[in-house]
Amino acid sequence: MKTVKLVDLAKTIRSKNAGTDRITFDIIFREPANYELVKNSKVINKKSMAELFDIPESRIADFVEFDPGCAIKFTINRLVPSGSFGEADVFGCQQYPPLYDIEIPVND
Amino acid sequence: MSKDTLRIISPNGHLGFAPTKEESFWIGAKTFPNYYCCDSGSDDIGPVPLGADKCASHPEWQKHDLELMLLAAREQGVPMLIGSAGDTGTNSRVDMYVDFIRELAKKHKMKKFKLAYFYSEVDKEYIRSKMNKGEVIEGLDSRSNLALEELDKTDRIVAVAGVHPFIKALEMGADVIIGGRSSDAAIFAAPAIYEGFPENIAYYCGKVLECASFCCEPYGAKESVIGTITKDDVKVTAMHPNQRCTIASVAGHAMYERSNPYYEYVAGGMMDMKDCVYEQYDEKTCRITGAKFVPIEGKIKVKLEGSGKVGERYLGMAGIRDPYTIKNIDKVIDWAKSQVKERLPHAEYQLSYRIFGKNGVMGDLEPIKETKSHELLIVVEGASKDKKVAEEVTLVGTRQIFYARLPEVKGTAGTAAFILDEVTEVSPAYTWTMNHVVAVDDPLELFPITMTEIGEQEVR
Repeated sequence: MKTVKLVDLAKTIRSKNAGTDRITFDIIFREPANYELVKNSKVINKKSMAELFDIPESRIADFVEFDPGCAIKFTINRLVPSGSFGEADVFGCQQYPPLYDIEIPVND
Repeated sequence: MSKDTLRIISPNGHLGFAPTKEESFWIGAKTFPNYYCCDSGSDDIGPVPLGADKCASHPEWQKHDLELMLLAAREQGVPMLIGSAGDTGTNSRVDMYVDFIRELAKKHKMKKFKLAYFYSEVDKEYIRSKMNKGEVIEGLDSRSNLALEELDKTDRIVAVAGVHPFIKALEMGADVIIGGRSSDAAIFAAPAIYEGFPENIAYYCGKVLECASFCCEPYGAKESVIGTITKDDVKVTAMHPNQRCTIASVAGHAMYERSNPYYEYVAGGMMDMKDCVYEQYDEKTCRITGAKFVPIEGKIKVKLEGSGKVGERYLGMAGIRDPYTIKNIDKVIDWAKSQVKERLPHAEYQLSYRIFGKNGVMGDLEPIKETKSHELLIVVEGASKDKKVAEEVTLVGTRQIFYARLPEVKGTAGTAAFILDEVTEVSPAYTWTMNHVVAVDDPLELFPITMTEIGEQEVR
């Protein structure tokens, strides 16, 4: 089956702090059809996101398919709070790029 | 007499962090909003400002934004509410904002007005005495409940206010309110509740307005938006000529910076946005209905933010270009670490290496394991309670990258490139020691309010 990269389907792919202890990821679509396509593909889920970032599934604190916003959203627990010694992304805003290359199956 | 509609302007999602854009602010101000409200803080900026009791924003930008709001609000004779003064909302930041307002009133020869301010710092001993009585200081976001060791490591705590001190200050007749640490939504919900609007409407209004133009499209920060509420709905309108509030932009903003797009907690209850309905009202306006506010059962729980000092801190930097060294970078780091240990065998310190070009940005979350870059930047961070130790740890840890012993390296005159062959003292290292809630009998007990008069005698 043909696939398309997530980056070519979504309008916004971002990450950001959700408080001091978590980073939240938003994948937002302009076209509802693209949202439905990705949502129905079930490619993005708690398990696959845990595998992508190589973390235990227990670190994923929340996973929501947010229909009113045409968005898929998930949130991970940080290992240490934002801005602690040795941390390099105080806003948590540069953790999303691995999402770009997720392959979404499409009908020919 | 109670109002049928209420209009609140939000000029900036974080007052002073970057200056408010003036064009859209004045477009909004000319429509005579009933309230000027703005949040000025965030825990996004990390634990250093709270711990060290300093700002992350530039004072001239803070003054600029306060001046815009104060000029418009005083000219039009309507209240102005600021929450989380000076990024962190500590007592010193509240005092600083009150001084700014006093200075601005003098500069513009303003007539007398009433300024209320409230503090939000919490004494460690207050928390300790509660814990000693067996009260649980509940952890948020998967944190454990507070232990005494964590409290001991904490240098400064702020409580996050809900609507209560703002409403109290409005009841006392305040024209301007400078708040300590506050939930951003509460700064907007408070005047709406004070004016008799339902909590369902008031809190959602706060939720959608708190980040100003972040609920608009196209993206463009620091532009003003106006929320118009009735007893039945909330409408949010972009003020910038090229921005619009659309169903997508407003619904999209509902999930910004929070774990879950449907629920948000404040002191006093929870906003439930599960049944929100978004409609395009006009070109620049989105209308929202169906939001709910669920008051907490039992005692009100107030969020606490705490920051504790880890140690003095230095940074060093080293660049690597040799492909053999890049391939063996982990061995280089191990070597440098071993040399620090050898030099300071008994010292207590922390030493961290971030390798940019490998996984410097994402660390443990980086899925790309193979380093493809032809050059690397290594940022060395050293910390210790003892400043001299912190400096030496960082210096040895950086310089030994230059002397790395790799069996087959060809470049034997130095294995690292330095911008500066020295280390730099930076802000001490702090950490968020608290992200918890405390149950209180009276939500005002953590937020003492003071009323003062500012401005010149009224000239007759």
